[in-house]
Amino acid sequence: MENFSIPIGEAIEATIDFLVEHFAFLTKAFSEVTGNGIDILVSVMMFFHPGVLIFLFAGIAWFITKRTGIALFTLLGLALIWNMGLWDPTVSTIALVLIATLFAIILGVPLGIFAAMSQIFYRIVMPILDFMQTMPAFVYLIPAIPFFGLGKVAAIFSTVVFSMPPAIRLTCLGIKQVPNELVEAADAFGSNKWQKLFKLQLPIATPTIMAGINQTIMLALSMVVIAAMIGAKGLGGEVWKAIQRLQPGKGFEAGLGIVIVAIILDRIMQRVGGKTRT
Amino acid sequence: MTHKIEVQNLYKVFGPHPQEAIKMVEQGKTKDEIMAETKHGVGVANATFHVKEGEILVVMGLSGSGKSTLVRCLNRLIDPSAGKVMIDGEDVTQLDHNQLRRFRQKHLSMVFQNFALFPHRTVRQNTEYGLEIQKVDPEIRKEKAMKALSQVGLAGWEESYPAQLSGGMQQRVGLARALALDADIMLMDEAFSALDPLIRRDMQDELLSLQDKMQKTIVFISHDLDEALKLGDRIVLMKDGFIVQEGTAEDILTNPANEYVAKFVEEVDMSKVLNAESVMIKPREVAYFSTDGPRAALRKMEHASISSIFVRKDKKLYGVVTADDAIEAAERGDKTLEKIVNTEFIKVDPDTQANDLFAMLATSKYPIAVVNDEEQLMGVIIKGSLLAKLSEKRIKEMETQ
Repeated sequence: MENFSIPIGEAIEATIDFLVEHFAFLTKAFSEVTGNGIDILVSVMMFFHPGVLIFLFAGIAWFITKRTGIALFTLLGLALIWNMGLWDPTVSTIALVLIATLFAIILGVPLGIFAAMSQIFYRIVMPILDFMQTMPAFVYLIPAIPFFGLGKVAAIFSTVVFSMPPAIRLTCLGIKQVPNELVEAADAFGSNKWQKLFKLQLPIATPTIMAGINQTIMLALSMVVIAAMIGAKGLGGEVWKAIQRLQPGKGFEAGLGIVIVAIILDRIMQRVGGKTRT
Repeated sequence: MTHKIEVQNLYKVFGPHPQEAIKMVEQGKTKDEIMAETKHGVGVANATFHVKEGEILVVMGLSGSGKSTLVRCLNRLIDPSAGKVMIDGEDVTQLDHNQLRRFRQKHLSMVFQNFALFPHRTVRQNTEYGLEIQKVDPEIRKEKAMKALSQVGLAGWEESYPAQLSGGMQQRVGLARALALDADIMLMDEAFSALDPLIRRDMQDELLSLQDKMQKTIVFISHDLDEALKLGDRIVLMKDGFIVQEGTAEDILTNPANEYVAKFVEEVDMSKVLNAESVMIKPREVAYFSTDGPRAALRKMEHASISSIFVRKDKKLYGVVTADDAIEAAERGDKTLEKIVNTEFIKVDPDTQANDLFAMLATSKYPIAVVNDEEQLMGVIIKGSLLAKLSEKRIKEMETQ
């Protein structure tokens, strides 16, 4: 049995080699755009004094959620991170998460809409999503390297792949959950497909879609941390460094930083999705 | 003469091979047999009927009888498997996607059982929906929406959201949304079934009074016979996808086409359906106050073999005279009926229900007079005629079972 093994691994490698060889222009372009995007975002955030930025974030949190508690937590949490000397990696991590989430939404939401509208596409895409979500996250790191080399762009790539499924899934679910009678009503009054989508299905699916985006952000954050292994730096990089140098204290501090960022993002996103009228 | 809507040999079969099932229907097999043999669900089988311009046609049947499927075939929310739906002479089943959309916008509005209001839109935005997707100018559509809302009595609620309204009010919004569209046909799918009985009756009355003004062609789906009798100019009764009878309320009640219809109709309380008009008999003789004296009145009573006679004065019903009083008056030599005419009698309008008539008859020594708005005598009700009419219906029912 061991003498003859089905060459799955070989096939994947051959495919990747082929893609690297022939589609390098695409990956280069993506690399260029994404790399610049991250750099710009990071330098904008670094332009401000950390204290100013922390107040700005707290202000944004209050503006979106209208909850003093969340704003206060943002203020104190980020201040603690600053105090621990983790401000720079945190900014880098937030930038990575935002860019990766942006990509995941731009790709995932339209795919989800399409899956809701086309039964065939739905049947094709759902098993792929199952596959993507079950595959250990580390595996996505490996093909990212030949395409984009070590660094932030490869991290973004694997993060997008890993965090996109909930955006697709919940967008599709949200649209499919629109009560049939409402869809019938829209049809009966002579709406076309786009009118139905934008005037009825998307507005009603919004809370579900926002829940999907929330999950995407959380997955992106966790993946950005793992992506430190391929040189994403940021808070994950700090954890990775602490592991290699056996510094439990440093590792815990960086971990705490990740938790704080996660809680802030989650609470803010929940409020965005939670604004529904019943 | 072509009607507003003509449906010819319409079939809807759910399943991959509808043609097989249609053949089986033609061979006379039932819905259950076809289901057992081919796993095809027959929604509508060979339906042929028409709707006249400006009438309310009620499609009635129990749940699963195919009535909702039938109405959805009219605007092709469900695509029929075979047959024709002609509206204004145009075959709806032949329209392509875009033609169909425009046809729906122009001709067919719809009201749904569970209202189907868009929860993220205000009452006004809901009402405007049909116009909005036709890209009508915002000012004009607002105007039309407000007019429709005031027609259904919801002026002042336009900025509320559907969830803030009661069920009855929500369905008024549903009605307004259909009215704002100005389509000539309104499809109403169990529109009032989700409302509680009191509100339902209000909405029925309201629909009838709106219909008086609008004269739309309405296809109304209902599982409630009382509702069908009240609203329907004509009724189509369905069972297992087939149309079992089509006709006026009177036809269906008095001549049920088969056992099923009879059973359906049986549940209706006969004495409730029968009103004064349907149980009264024509007065055989009437005395005239200005010309007839006691002798003339007596002769008329003898002639008609009755013991009391109604007296007319100035074309209106004036009073009643009994034979005994007339004999006495004649012996006294009275020339007129003035002294003996009794103006204390019971008169009812033609819509009075038969139930109430029993009690009235029990307390009165005279027959009951049925009068119209001008106080003219239309007919009389005596105990015998009322009972006869009721038993006539019962016998018919028993024969058909």
